[in-house]
Amino acid sequence: MAEKKLKPEELVQIELSPPAREWMDPSVNFRKGTWNYAAVPDTLDYLGLPNAGKWSPPDEEWPLPDNWQEIIHNGIKERLEKYRSFKVFMDICVRCGACADKCHFFIGSGDPKNMPVLRAELLRSIYRNDFTMAGKVLGKIAGGRKLSKQIIKEWFYYFFQCTECRRCSVFCPYGIDTAEITMIGRELLSLLGLGIEWVCTPLANCFRTGNHLGIQPHGFKDSLEFAVDELEEITGIRVNAPINKKGAEILFVAPSADYFASPHYYTLLGYLALFHELGLDYTWSSYASEGGNFGLFHSHEMIKRLNSKIYMEARRLGVKWIIGGECGHMWRVLNQYMDTMNGPADFLEVPVSPYTGTKFEHAASTKMIHISEFTADLIKHNKLNLDPRRNDHWVATYHDSCNPARSMGLLEEPRFIIKNVANNFHEMPENTIREQTFCCGSGAGLGTDENMEMRLRGGLPRANAVNYVKDKFGVNVLLCMCAIDKATLPPLLEYWVPGVEVAGVHELVGNALVMKGERPRTTDLRGEPMKGFGDAAGEEAQDV
Amino acid sequence: MAIFEHGAVKIEVDEDGFMQEPEQWNEAVAKALATTEGVDNLTDEHWKLVHYLREYYLKFGIAPMIRKLCKETGFPLKKVYELFPSGPAKGACKVAGLAKPTGCV
Repeated sequence: MAEKKLKPEELVQIELSPPAREWMDPSVNFRKGTWNYAAVPDTLDYLGLPNAGKWSPPDEEWPLPDNWQEIIHNGIKERLEKYRSFKVFMDICVRCGACADKCHFFIGSGDPKNMPVLRAELLRSIYRNDFTMAGKVLGKIAGGRKLSKQIIKEWFYYFFQCTECRRCSVFCPYGIDTAEITMIGRELLSLLGLGIEWVCTPLANCFRTGNHLGIQPHGFKDSLEFAVDELEEITGIRVNAPINKKGAEILFVAPSADYFASPHYYTLLGYLALFHELGLDYTWSSYASEGGNFGLFHSHEMIKRLNSKIYMEARRLGVKWIIGGECGHMWRVLNQYMDTMNGPADFLEVPVSPYTGTKFEHAASTKMIHISEFTADLIKHNKLNLDPRRNDHWVATYHDSCNPARSMGLLEEPRFIIKNVANNFHEMPENTIREQTFCCGSGAGLGTDENMEMRLRGGLPRANAVNYVKDKFGVNVLLCMCAIDKATLPPLLEYWVPGVEVAGVHELVGNALVMKGERPRTTDLRGEPMKGFGDAAGEEAQDV
Repeated sequence: MAIFEHGAVKIEVDEDGFMQEPEQWNEAVAKALATTEGVDNLTDEHWKLVHYLREYYLKFGIAPMIRKLCKETGFPLKKVYELFPSGPAKGACKVAGLAKPTGCV
């Protein structure tokens, strides 16, 4: 937890009066609880990244290379030439302020530099000064600022106080994608050796062992075997969890936290039960044992390097197509970058469900679909035997994880699944869900303990909406489809809305799924008793 | 990086107090690290958890799944928090000399 433990009633006292200092005058205060540890030199060296040094954000003097100004100037220049979107986003903002109060970090902190427009201005002002005629001639009058070490610090503080969730972009009349500005900002910092541990260590792990957590192949196998054993104890059915099976029809790639952390693990049990019940010819991979891509939180180069493993493994194993698990930012990478960075995957086939014959045309090029698309299609065609009463102990609401919702448009599929596997489902207010969903406040590599105060602030709007449905409908579980959500929403809710659990959509699918030959079920996948399912095969069905 | 000293124990630790050279771990180190977690006396139950983590770590190079830890030690998660108030990762793993897990956890 953060050093200074503020009570909810204290943290919610948000200071909204503007600071005395003008924003153009760079200033930043690395207050404990609002920043992330710096990446360690060994990690940067392992990744082949430049200018690795030992430092800590609150240090007065950062270990910048001598030619740091030149590096940044050339870095901006290169990116303006390479990414047309970056150039456009630098030029077209009219500072209308439509985005200002849409950011969860601004809502929760009141810090004006967390207004997306102003966060972008931190970089845009340098662009104006160095790359536009007006800025070169008029400087400050034209909104330009001269690059300084203090501005580098400002970038680091505020570009790592953006979760790249893109809620602001929904409201921008020009469609400026602020996440892309943050991504460029982080890339530029990376050129100076300035990164955060929570991003760079998972990157290095992913190259070393196949996944962000650093789980080695034998550990991966051990975890899946444990899950198979436990699922057998619950259902009486022994499932198969094939790893690196050559010639399987489908490669399945899930975030590594699904086979490590809780409550992610119960979603894993859901996948295993579903695939067994279908008799799906699929395989896990110990090489592509990570669905997530922390490269998205670092640089385009890292996105590409990490993402390439999925196609490489699909080719090596000779699968026909790919299904991805309940991961959040993975889907922005898959939907937006995979095809052009590492595709086209001509060696794969357009995904066709072996059970319904549905051809997933939207994945005609990437050859990869989201598990919620696969499952929703199965339910739509009545291919699953589901008993939603088995989730009667849950009163659910659904948190649209930012990237599946805003980057992929996966809005209906999860809702369709939930309504078919559970009887009690209530939506949060409409300006907090679907395209307008509020971030967990901890995405994009910011889910650290040292950053806890900022996480709690950033997660306040989401928690507030959960609190609303808890009070109104007695909601006791927040469903989501993202491993970062599953890791970071539990402490958030424990702080702001105690008594609401977090679960994956496929955990509830696993609960409701009636498997052929199963033993009479009395508990859910967590081993908790199910409401109305007593010891004797549901004979004691009694509401408590 | 910082140096953590407690009695005769002197080890290198990261910002959160996790040891940097896990091969230097021994029971004296565990006792010393436990004091940073507010655990001054390691009971048999503490040791059971610590030794389980240590053995798993030596075999797999990482902590086990939380669910597996609970099941194989027989301690429900609540009990793990009672033994180590910072929890299985931040508390128990630190005392057992494991690295801090990173990613979507």
